[in-house]
Amino acid sequence: MRWTKELIPIAGAIVLALGIGAIVTALTGYSVPAVFKQLVIGAFGDWYQLAQTLTQATPILFTSLSFLIAFRAGLFNIGAEGQLYLGAFFSAWAGFSLRLPPVLHTVVCLLFGAVAGAIWGFIPGWLRAKRGANEFVTTMMLSYVAIYLTSWLVAPGGPYHGTQWANQTVRIATSAQFPRFIRGAQLSWGIVVGVLIAFIVWYLLFRTPRGYELRAVGQNPLAAEYGGINVARNLILALVLAGALAGLGGAAETLGTHRRFIENFSPGYGWDGIAGGLIARAHPLGAILAAVLMGALRAGGQAVDRAGVAPADLASVIQGLVIFFVVAPELIRYLRRLRRGKLGDTEP
Amino acid sequence: MEGIVKRFPGVLANAGIDFSLSWGEVHGLLGENGAGKTVLMSILYGLYQPDQGRIFVRGKETRIRSPHVAIQLGIGMVHQHFMLVPRLTVLENMAVGWEPRLGPLLDRRAMREKIEALVEEYGLEVDPDAKVEELSVGEQQRVEILKALYRGAEVLILDEPTAVLVEQEVEALFSTIRTLKEQGKAVVFITHKLHEALEICDRITVLRKGKNVGTLSASEATEEGLAEMMVGREVVFTVSPEPVKSEGRVLLSVEDLSARDDRGVPVVRGVSLQVYDHEILGIAGVQGNGQKELVEAIAGLRRPTSGRVKVGEHDVTGRSPHTLASRGLVHIPEDRHLRGLILTFSVEENAVLGRHREPRFALGPWAQRRSAIRAHAQELVRRFSVSVPGLSAPARTLSGGNQQRLILARELSRAPQVVLAVQPTRGLDVGGMEFVWEQFLKARKEGAGILLVSMDLDEVMMLADRIAVMYQGEIVAVLRRGEATKRELGLLMLRGKGAVD
Ligand SMILES: Nc1ncnc2c1ncn2[C@@H]1O[C@H](COP(=O)(O)OP(=O)(O)OP(=O)(O)O)[C@@H](O)[C@H]1O
Ligand SMILES: [Mg+2]
Repeated sequence: MRWTKELIPIAGAIVLALGIGAIVTALTGYSVPAVFKQLVIGAFGDWYQLAQTLTQATPILFTSLSFLIAFRAGLFNIGAEGQLYLGAFFSAWAGFSLRLPPVLHTVVCLLFGAVAGAIWGFIPGWLRAKRGANEFVTTMMLSYVAIYLTSWLVAPGGPYHGTQWANQTVRIATSAQFPRFIRGAQLSWGIVVGVLIAFIVWYLLFRTPRGYELRAVGQNPLAAEYGGINVARNLILALVLAGALAGLGGAAETLGTHRRFIENFSPGYGWDGIAGGLIARAHPLGAILAAVLMGALRAGGQAVDRAGVAPADLASVIQGLVIFFVVAPELIRYLRRLRRGKLGDTEP
Repeated sequence: MEGIVKRFPGVLANAGIDFSLSWGEVHGLLGENGAGKTVLMSILYGLYQPDQGRIFVRGKETRIRSPHVAIQLGIGMVHQHFMLVPRLTVLENMAVGWEPRLGPLLDRRAMREKIEALVEEYGLEVDPDAKVEELSVGEQQRVEILKALYRGAEVLILDEPTAVLVEQEVEALFSTIRTLKEQGKAVVFITHKLHEALEICDRITVLRKGKNVGTLSASEATEEGLAEMMVGREVVFTVSPEPVKSEGRVLLSVEDLSARDDRGVPVVRGVSLQVYDHEILGIAGVQGNGQKELVEAIAGLRRPTSGRVKVGEHDVTGRSPHTLASRGLVHIPEDRHLRGLILTFSVEENAVLGRHREPRFALGPWAQRRSAIRAHAQELVRRFSVSVPGLSAPARTLSGGNQQRLILARELSRAPQVVLAVQPTRGLDVGGMEFVWEQFLKARKEGAGILLVSMDLDEVMMLADRIAVMYQGEIVAVLRRGEATKRELGLLMLRGKGAVD
């Protein structure tokens, strides 16, 4: 099975990375058993901790999907962070400004988030397709624009500065909120929506003519053109969808986790999506597992810090090692293909 | 090589092959598409590991774990599809992964000197500073050979080197091969052209379905005998088009068309031509005289700078390949890896490239009809005898000739009005060629018009009702069947109009 073939090296890489993490922990003078115990407890220790893991996995799932759908079309969406912020803000706006019945309100908020992200994907998509501007640069630049823009909107003096004690909007209406699963934990229906969307993305990519075209453009633009596929339009579509997915992730944060828009709410979920998408080998269903892995690393890292067995930095190093070891082979393979150029990826 | 076995999921590519190569020998390797030639040689070059079998190099049993090891053993390979980096210069390409180092810097001067010496010695003319993307296929091949020799190859494997060459280039390649042989080096020469094998080889090995069906000395061999060994039946080497009557309808009309190449040089200059119903119009010309750009401009893959293209009554100038296809024009592209296939896509997916949106294969943009796609792929594979490891196997895993068959099957199955075919039989075995020719003649009989661009003059002369000679971006002559000898055509191709006097 292809499945196991992909999973075994990934599991191996994780074990290897954790091994090196253990050595680093020992060398820096901390207790290996204590640190690893906290990592595991923090991620999977009880229902509450598991909920923590999944709460963190939710936005990462969306940004991973965002990264991989662009990647499938041969594009790098580096701007998921900004798209996430825009999605979060605009869904919050719809959440506190509109008066709608419960389920409908949630759906409308999600749409607001998706559309805001999509617009933020359309701009670099259009620039790339029509002007050849490198999306790597444009998505990243636009990302900062979005982050600062939303910061300003909720800063003191900004139009949506909602509370005195923090830079955030007012709470969204109850009718817009995602229900939560466990009292006291932030885990919400966002994760369910995320998994559903992962399946939809899988269907889109592998079972529809649209997905076929998107992947064709990513694999061989010249052959795609030959096959009557409009390359420019697909490049735009890919980034629009990537933006929409990251925007949805932001909306899920707003509707489920925070129930308002908070400045700097994301600890880098957009960036995690790059690693997540690569760990998933750009497969939408793999992204579910990848996001859980990344979420677990984050939740475990927080527990290490909270228990005081080692500083948060050490936990970050371990997280970094895992990501690096899992992603590196894929990245190297990709870069090598890029280097060999058009004539290269051939027989045998 | 003794008892080499190599299995891939779904295929037994090599089923216990014995193969030997002596110094100072040119050894031909023949066999049908998918017989296992490339796989066998890839094993010798360290690209694949055999499942069973042993390899002896200079009498010593050796494991060739990677191409790097092969190169150190003095084994070099030039692949069926080149592996150069288009954006780099010849010199840079030769250096990739193999830099003679002067401290941390590339010792360009030493490299250049060595390369120039090799160019001289083997008559492999290329400009070391040209970018690979600007070179013709023939030149790119010389770069590949140079690269192998530069790395010290004493055994040189050439996988279908002549498939991409015109006759003069073949001659030049042969003289390089002879030089290598005189120096006591060994060459493996894979080809589908039997007369070439007979001309240049000392011994010939024929593979069939992964088995060695015989090694014989070239002096004992005949074309008929070899063909029968390969295919297991008699093969015809020529087809004779029966005369058919054209109704005089113009199916494809090109009017005063001009186009530039990728560097912006005008290489198609005011070309006009008509393809009628029941007709094959051949375009002959030395490569690089604008044929590629002309075809691309017609096929909607390159914007013409002026002029028109009409399919039947419809003006299709600058329209997309999709529109052209809906008007009944199909295109068999020159480069199967660059245009014709998406190598990472499955056989099924490739079988509907360009048709993936037809109602037959899709329910609107949001759902595919997977069973219809599968059935269609199945049908193509059966009708055109494409040998595939499986319908969901990536096109990359098909042998070169089978990749070409898949493209031909896909395009010809569309019941086209106009066929734009560039090198359609490139890489096909004798049986495959015969089959394609028959298909073309059948389409012609049923009323289609075919524009056939081929560097193989014999092929053009055999099939075409009229031959247009292209020289420096212009059509310099249009001749009816039998109006010119091969020699006269050759002269026209080389010198243009001046040749007629
Ligand atoms: N990587 C691979 N995975 C699976 N099957 C493969 C792979 N490479 C080759 N094959 C199969 O092995 C068989 C032999 O292929 P090979 O490329 O050696 O043929 P060939 O004799 O060179 O044919 P051609 O004349 O068409 O180039 C084919 O059926 C091909 O599909
Ligand atoms: Mg081959």
